[in-house]
Amino acid sequence: MTSTQLIQLIQSAIVFGTVILYGALGEILTEKSGNLNLGVPGIMYLGGIAGLAASFFYEFNNPAPSPVVCLVLSFVAAFLAAALGGLLYSFLTITLRANQNVTGLTLTIFGSGVANFFGGSLNTMAGGVGQISVATSSAIYRANIANVSHLGVFGSLFLSYGFMVYLAIALAIAMRWFLGRTRKGLNLRAVGENPATADAAGINVTRNKYLATCIGAGISGLGGLYYTMDYIKGTWANDGTIEALGWLAVALVIFAVWRSVNAIWGSYLFGLLFWMYLYIPGLTRSSQELFKMLPYLVTIAVLIFISLRKKQENQPPASLGLAYFREER
Amino acid sequence: MSAVKQHKEPLLRIAKRDGIARSKAYAIRIVAVLLSLVVSGIFIFTVTKLNPLQVYEAMFDGAFGSNRRSWVTIRDAMMLLCIGVGLAPAFKMRFWNVGAEGQVLLGGIVTAGIMLTFGSALPTPALLVVMAAASLLAGCVWGVIPAIFKAVWNTNETLFTLMMNYVAIQLTSYCVALWENPFGSNTVGVINQQTKAGWFPAVFAQAYGLNVILVLALTVGMFLYLKYSKQGYEITVVGDSVNTARYAGINVKKVTIRTMAISGAICGLAGFIAVAGASRTISTSTAGGRGFTAIIVAWLAQFNTFVMILISLLLVFLQKGSIQIASQFNLNDYASSVITGIILFFILGSEFFINYRVIMRSGKEASK
Repeated sequence: MTSTQLIQLIQSAIVFGTVILYGALGEILTEKSGNLNLGVPGIMYLGGIAGLAASFFYEFNNPAPSPVVCLVLSFVAAFLAAALGGLLYSFLTITLRANQNVTGLTLTIFGSGVANFFGGSLNTMAGGVGQISVATSSAIYRANIANVSHLGVFGSLFLSYGFMVYLAIALAIAMRWFLGRTRKGLNLRAVGENPATADAAGINVTRNKYLATCIGAGISGLGGLYYTMDYIKGTWANDGTIEALGWLAVALVIFAVWRSVNAIWGSYLFGLLFWMYLYIPGLTRSSQELFKMLPYLVTIAVLIFISLRKKQENQPPASLGLAYFREER
Repeated sequence: MSAVKQHKEPLLRIAKRDGIARSKAYAIRIVAVLLSLVVSGIFIFTVTKLNPLQVYEAMFDGAFGSNRRSWVTIRDAMMLLCIGVGLAPAFKMRFWNVGAEGQVLLGGIVTAGIMLTFGSALPTPALLVVMAAASLLAGCVWGVIPAIFKAVWNTNETLFTLMMNYVAIQLTSYCVALWENPFGSNTVGVINQQTKAGWFPAVFAQAYGLNVILVLALTVGMFLYLKYSKQGYEITVVGDSVNTARYAGINVKKVTIRTMAISGAICGLAGFIAVAGASRTISTSTAGGRGFTAIIVAWLAQFNTFVMILISLLLVFLQKGSIQIASQFNLNDYASSVITGIILFFILGSEFFINYRVIMRSGKEASK
């Protein structure tokens, strides 16, 4: 492997990793409140299509779109649409006490349906032809954070990405601080570990769960936005990739043992494992497919490992997936 | 001394119902489905400006418009039902088997493999028996792996089975690349197109007759197993309370592994039916998300396999219908997922009103 290839591999791993990093960060926040939201793929779909649709309509109606408006519109739309998906999930599971797994899976079906439906027919509906495309918005998402042409290897390895790559890292660190160092974060974790105790201590369980799930969903939705705007360059493809990435994000949450900072390197590692097959000589097409299994196998190994070690700090939130009703203790 | 703060009774409060008449429970569910159809209708109207009634009519036409369409609808409903029946015991035990997708694919892979290798060596009846047995075994193995870890080390089964799906999908892609025909197409193509070796024979002059018979037999069998057998009772007890089960002397580990073996095996058999009885090929879409949809089927039916028949028919009807309206009104056929999602959300929400009463604040009660 030449050094150019190595740099390419690392770059594609980081870009790939960022998509699932957003998904996983949102899900970590959600799961810390005790909600196991299996709707991550659907939520990422919602975020992706909402961001794309918002800048599409803006660019479609404005001959000279302003990049800043594009950015703000798509970003806010993606976050809000995904958070609405989270709100739907919260309403069903927290207020109406529906089963979390089933509701999450339904949200995945619904979100992928909505996104692929509008993604496939948005352009036709607006009277255009062919593929939807948002060149101006995509350009601003893909703009390098610094001019890297004169910075050599360092520049292309660390500074050659759009701003969302760095935002994800910042978000992961901020989340670590929030969950570990602030009262609100500790309260949230208490809700996820033992809602009855948290309730007795005067923490509003319902509000914590709602907020964590909706904001978490919004963050996951940014993964979809990053995917449509940067990864596939402001277009739409009805190929189900977001769904596969969404499940990988759920896997990453486990791999990172519910720690947002671990998710940073975990996501890049998943990206490396995912793209490695392109750089290993002598692989046939069939054995490439076996290689793509690696991220999932590694996740299973981690899952088994943490259940064997039984280390307190590596366990999932104790009430993960369980509903809490004050009167049914 | 400060006055005691007067707490007002909240406007709405909820109370658990002691029990509800079955007819009333179904009435609530029907109202939920009707409401969801209204919401879906609004969705269809705002997006397309078409009369929703006309659209629903077209959907019906798409699902049952001709003899052939009806049979395809029935075939796909049976497929979904089969997976749902497989999931029922696991879910009743509160073992979250989210891995049906993978178990179906594994069953499909071994079926296709045997069909390819022994297609000319064995007569079709023998081939069918071998394939069925192999697919049962494959699904069983895929289901038992997470069950053993759950039973012995309490490894989270939801996440484990979820990951196993993706291992199975990659395994399928591997086999597809291995067996592709013609070379370079990246599909396996219809297996044994000429000889039809290993294909389900027509029963009662219906190509999919055997699918229906097999799945309905499983449906009845599973109903009896869960309701009247000792093992079915053990599953119920473990599902309600692991501690009670342990106290009653039930070997929880054994029940967990045994139940998942059964669950996985039936899902594997569903893969056999999908390959030998329907598509006669294998691809990553052989399961096509049905493993996930079937979870919803099993859950909504509350593990009553007969209710599952209705729910799988409803879901497949929606899918087929939406594909029809998609082509007829020039829409995109993902509309079906949107409508399915809306209906499921309503049904999920309606369970709340079956289990709880919502009480409005009233002057009378407040003075009590």
